[in-house]
Amino acid sequence: MSSITAPLKGVMASVKGRLQGVNLRQNGIFLALVGLVVFFASTTPNAASITPTNFSNLVVQNGYILVLAIGMVMVIIAGHIDLSVGSVAAFIGGVAGILVVRPLEQDGWDWLPALPWWAGIIGAILVGCLVGVWQGFWVAYVGVPAFIVTLAGMLLFRGMALLTLQNTNIGPFPDEFRAIGNGFLDKEQSLNSLVGMSPTYNFSALVITGAALIAMWFVSLRSRSGKIKYGQVVEPRVWFYIKNVVLSLMVAYVGFQLSQANGIPITLIVLVVLVVIYTIVMQRTPFGRYIYAIGGNLNAALLSGINVRMVNFFIFVNMGGLAALSGVLISARMNSAVPKAGDGFELDAISSVFIGGAAVQGGIGTVTGSMIGGLIQGVLANGMNLNSVGIDIQMTIKGLVLLLAVAFDVWSKRRK
Amino acid sequence: MSNSILEMRNITKTFPGVKALDDVTLTVERGEIHAICGENGAGKSTLMKVLSGVYPFGSYSGDIVYEDEVKKFSTIRDSEAEGIVIIHQELALSPHLSIAENIFLGNEIKTFGLIDWNKTNQEAASLIARVGLSEDPNTAIKDIGVGKQQLVEIAKALSKRVKLLILDEPTAALNDEDSAHLLDLLRHLKEQGITSIIISHKLNEIEAIADTTTIIRDGQTIESLRMKKDSVSQERIIKGMVGRDMASRYPTRNAEIGEEILRVENWTAYHPLDVSRLVVDDISMKVNRGEIVGLAGIMGAGRTEFARSLFGQSYGTNISGRVYKNGQEIKVKTIASAIKQGIAYATEDRKRYGLNLIEDVKRNISLASLKSFVRLGLVDGNKEFQKASEYRESMNIKAPSVLSVVGQLSGGNQQKVVLSKWINVNPDVLILDEPTRGIDVGAKYEIYLIIQRLAAEGKGVIVISSELPELIGICDRIYAIAEGRITGEVERKDASPELLMKYMTTEKGKN
Repeated sequence: MSSITAPLKGVMASVKGRLQGVNLRQNGIFLALVGLVVFFASTTPNAASITPTNFSNLVVQNGYILVLAIGMVMVIIAGHIDLSVGSVAAFIGGVAGILVVRPLEQDGWDWLPALPWWAGIIGAILVGCLVGVWQGFWVAYVGVPAFIVTLAGMLLFRGMALLTLQNTNIGPFPDEFRAIGNGFLDKEQSLNSLVGMSPTYNFSALVITGAALIAMWFVSLRSRSGKIKYGQVVEPRVWFYIKNVVLSLMVAYVGFQLSQANGIPITLIVLVVLVVIYTIVMQRTPFGRYIYAIGGNLNAALLSGINVRMVNFFIFVNMGGLAALSGVLISARMNSAVPKAGDGFELDAISSVFIGGAAVQGGIGTVTGSMIGGLIQGVLANGMNLNSVGIDIQMTIKGLVLLLAVAFDVWSKRRK
Repeated sequence: MSNSILEMRNITKTFPGVKALDDVTLTVERGEIHAICGENGAGKSTLMKVLSGVYPFGSYSGDIVYEDEVKKFSTIRDSEAEGIVIIHQELALSPHLSIAENIFLGNEIKTFGLIDWNKTNQEAASLIARVGLSEDPNTAIKDIGVGKQQLVEIAKALSKRVKLLILDEPTAALNDEDSAHLLDLLRHLKEQGITSIIISHKLNEIEAIADTTTIIRDGQTIESLRMKKDSVSQERIIKGMVGRDMASRYPTRNAEIGEEILRVENWTAYHPLDVSRLVVDDISMKVNRGEIVGLAGIMGAGRTEFARSLFGQSYGTNISGRVYKNGQEIKVKTIASAIKQGIAYATEDRKRYGLNLIEDVKRNISLASLKSFVRLGLVDGNKEFQKASEYRESMNIKAPSVLSVVGQLSGGNQQKVVLSKWINVNPDVLILDEPTRGIDVGAKYEIYLIIQRLAAEGKGVIVISSELPELIGICDRIYAIAEGRITGEVERKDASPELLMKYMTTEKGKN
């Protein structure tokens, strides 16, 4: 950072007062992600890391971790942890298999008719919420620490996964079900033929990218003008435009790349919708704000009249639902429900959240930060794979990245 | 050997953007009790941290001359090795360890690398005897009161062969009796040749105990007063601290008292863990509109316990009694329902129970009334910002913006945030528990004005305070509490510290 020139430093200083640390860290982590992408683009053979297909792979390979990380960041902000999500995802994969594919004949599920794919997904997520009800009950109403409840859950639901699947795999899934993990929006390019466009670029992908960009500008301009109207300090106009133009260019670039592959992955759409919804939940709804309050100072939250038990309970119900969705994405992608699925995913999700700037003591963290944290891990793994780095080195590096990211956080806080 | 044990010369310490200490000079005579006074944020604690090596040599400019030598401490251990021991406001004791273990923590008595427990306990027993404790050194710290814990800290300092003892707000959490004992101990230590530096907001204590008082304001030494020689009064110290004469420490009161707003009858509550222990014993009291009612009592008398059990049963078990608001009986079983019924309680311990210190001013103010900012299920952040900014203005919260993190504000400003938070739930009755604890004189006056304003708006205000002059200065009527019972009720015109103290120390069955 020493190469920053004087005028930019002035801008940074003026912005610093407003952003108050949290966002600054997030910007730093975002720059780290961009740096990683650039690094691998220049080191991988034939720049394989930035080919359209690889972008597409990156999204679908990390989607289920990112979905877990959304629920996990809420759990962690409230000051808990959830070690069970990998096992829950495997269990729910099995449930989805039974619901959608075909009952296992040998274990007495044959009375159950195979449900349509959408009903199966809804059913699986509901069962996931029930798992959350179970864990939330112990954490919120009995008062057993979440570490213990979910450590038990990690074993318990792995066991349930083995039980439901009878130690075998269930598959294959119907195409519609598979699409959520493996499919692309308008892969057949029907929109291209409708407008008579050459099949080089998926037109639907371009349209959606454009729509996303318009929505992005609309929201940020509206929020800025709202703030100005109420006399809030806003970032300097130049900074605002530079930031948003750069961000737009990046989104446009990714959309453009995806349009040259199979189009936009359904997983990406699911993910973006979730990120938007959960960012609103965390920043704008009382429920989300109570989560921050509980993690920041439990006693103060209690004395402010917040129903802490209920909030904690629903955090786990929500986590169960998202773990279920993650299980659906995994089995859809693998086209098979496997008892060993999701092994160790809880650790990836937890790492994503902490790399994304959440505090171990709770009270601090964001959904977008966790997504960036997850992508950093994803890009790192993907880039190392393309560079033919062995799994031994990969794990070592992953561990060090987590350690250093959090150490940097601690260090920058102490400096204040 | 010169007369002074310590000379801090031209100490300047800067943090990014702030000059916390600006050319401070402090001379402490050998064997004296030296008080340091100043408003919160004046730089007292920073100065002590420089002295004890928390801020290492090189991070400040100026010289520390101790025992006629320039010292360059880079850690607390360095300063402790020279006999400088600092006891912080938040005690640094480990609750589950015994008194003896705490005294020798990090400094264990060992033979062949193993702890010699017999010797440890023996030494500990003689050390705590020196500070006037008769407890078994094997007692766990959590099982003795905060007053005794403070004494254990001093015993720990003695074990380190202390020559210069620094106490940061040692009596802030103590009741009058424990405070008096502590001050006696300091005099006693002085006779043994131990020099003390005491940071305190309690001017009556300083008046009673200090030989010299140094006043720090805005990071600069204003003056050093010889207490006895110049017969310095509390008013004189205040003048130095705030840089102006304060005509009165309490604003004049023109009460307009209306009809009854809250009445509590036969309120009884038991200890949450020790369920057979009565902590609130059949309390009946009332508050009128526009009235400021005081609750006086020594710490542990049941003031806070009463207030919290009333506030949505947030303390205690087996609570019984009736509450009437505007003559109608109300049920307040949860905090949420208490808030809804127009009762608010601002805690005595803002850091632990009042504020989310890592969150900004705005979100702290809105937390208890968040629902009122919701439109279509979403919190209207702009409205929230606007409201918080209004409070920043009207309560004079000194923060760069309502987006500033609360943990970075001074105690007085944090207290104003707590008050704003509870005023914004628009309560009819506000219970303020030690609203001016640990905040400086200027901010106290502002808090008094806010309390008066609330009463003038027709709210009933209940103030719990350990400082009797404060209660007498601001309240229209004062209840005295002892052992969970109301032992007296005094009108403003009849109130005197002596009378209140008499009621506060009334023992059960000996009226």
